[in-house]
Amino acid sequence: MCDQTFLAITFGPCDNCSQNKPLMNIYLKNEPINYCSLCVELMACQGLAKGETIHTLKAESETLKGKLEEERAKLHDVELHQVAEKIEALGQFVMKTRRTLKGHGNKVLCMDWCRDKRRIVSSSQDGKVIVWDAYTTNKEHAVTMPCTWVMACAYAPSGCAVACGGLDNKCSVYPLSLDKNENLAAKKKSVAMHTNYLSSCSFTNSDMQILTSSGDGTCALWDVESGQLLQSFHGHSADVLSLNLAPSETGNTFVSGGCDKKANVWDMRSGQNVQSFETHESDINSVKYYPSGDAFATGSDDATCRLYDLRADREVAIYSKESIIFGASSVDFSLSGRLLFAGYNDYTINVWDVLKGTRVAILFGHENRVSTVRVSPDGTAFCSGSWDNTLRIWA
Amino acid sequence: MVSKMSSKMVGSNNLAHARRMVQQLRVEASIERIKVSKASADLMRYCGEHAKYDPLLMGIPASENPFKDKKPCIIL
Repeated sequence: MCDQTFLAITFGPCDNCSQNKPLMNIYLKNEPINYCSLCVELMACQGLAKGETIHTLKAESETLKGKLEEERAKLHDVELHQVAEKIEALGQFVMKTRRTLKGHGNKVLCMDWCRDKRRIVSSSQDGKVIVWDAYTTNKEHAVTMPCTWVMACAYAPSGCAVACGGLDNKCSVYPLSLDKNENLAAKKKSVAMHTNYLSSCSFTNSDMQILTSSGDGTCALWDVESGQLLQSFHGHSADVLSLNLAPSETGNTFVSGGCDKKANVWDMRSGQNVQSFETHESDINSVKYYPSGDAFATGSDDATCRLYDLRADREVAIYSKESIIFGASSVDFSLSGRLLFAGYNDYTINVWDVLKGTRVAILFGHENRVSTVRVSPDGTAFCSGSWDNTLRIWA
Repeated sequence: MVSKMSSKMVGSNNLAHARRMVQQLRVEASIERIKVSKASADLMRYCGEHAKYDPLLMGIPASENPFKDKKPCIIL
């Protein structure tokens, strides 16, 4: 049975069809209205049937884009770093490698923390998925996948299973048992099926549903038990490289970033793309929500990381330096959202002051590209995985 | 003949694609937005309220951080 985790934020009579349904709050001609999602779709389709040609549609497309830009610009009264001038600058940061996890035979591509704040799952190019105890650096479980380039791995919220996938175009879930000798591969369950590589996966709030993104340009929500596709998300025009779920308090949305340079925000219930941001100049490799859920950060091959605010509907900060010319592969926030950790293809990790837009530290240690960076659930440390086959815990 | 047919197919795909784009843009254009000054103030407020609970920001003593090595005990 799939876990019904979706809650309507407002529920009531639709202004158009008068039926009691979950409502979307939108503005038409500057008047706030509450339409149900069906009426929003119908409204958007009005006037499209008669006399349309590719030219009228393209012209309307251009006018709408212009109008979007205008609306966004009207509210651009100040820059985030200007507002942040009045707060204290951060002091010197001393962060060192506290643990080095060695054991992968090839590039580490992805990692995830368990909610118990000490276990980590990591996956690598050689097909191995390893579960580590980060305090002791012991390996607790190891699975060999039938494919190479395992680009995605995730820990289940209960800590009892891990999901992973890559060039096999699938996402598989392995239940973890306490018996070290048990063959994990035997219990494997194939959940997701895409038509191209799996780039990222994440459990929702329970072990019962998984969200995946793929090189086929789509994201999808799956029921783990039955393997059934619950919802699919179409809108990217190229490979989707990364996704991140909104923090649970803020509702049922997620953000995805891809090779089409766009970051899209999706409503998980309806499959609708609710907001889209296209200011990066190259592939977006990583997306991560700000802890409050009101914004998200991206890391891209254009050597910048950017912060987008969802309520202002625009980019509000760029984290870049002339000396940084290599792409950012992975980003994550510290617990309060003041620090942004970003791993780059020049083997370094840069730590940014999110509000002021300045770099506060640069961490050296890896001997090849940093492919993944994640802060631990209690914020005491963060872990980085690299093409040098190791993972490092920094604190 | 074959090439003419395939360009017609592409033509109708373009129309469907353009129609979808217009629909999507209409939805996006109609959402509610707030000023950047208000959004920034909210982000700053969140940081301020949660800063003291952020170990990587504030730094916590080695004794409380399981990853930092504790000072070795010297037996006198």
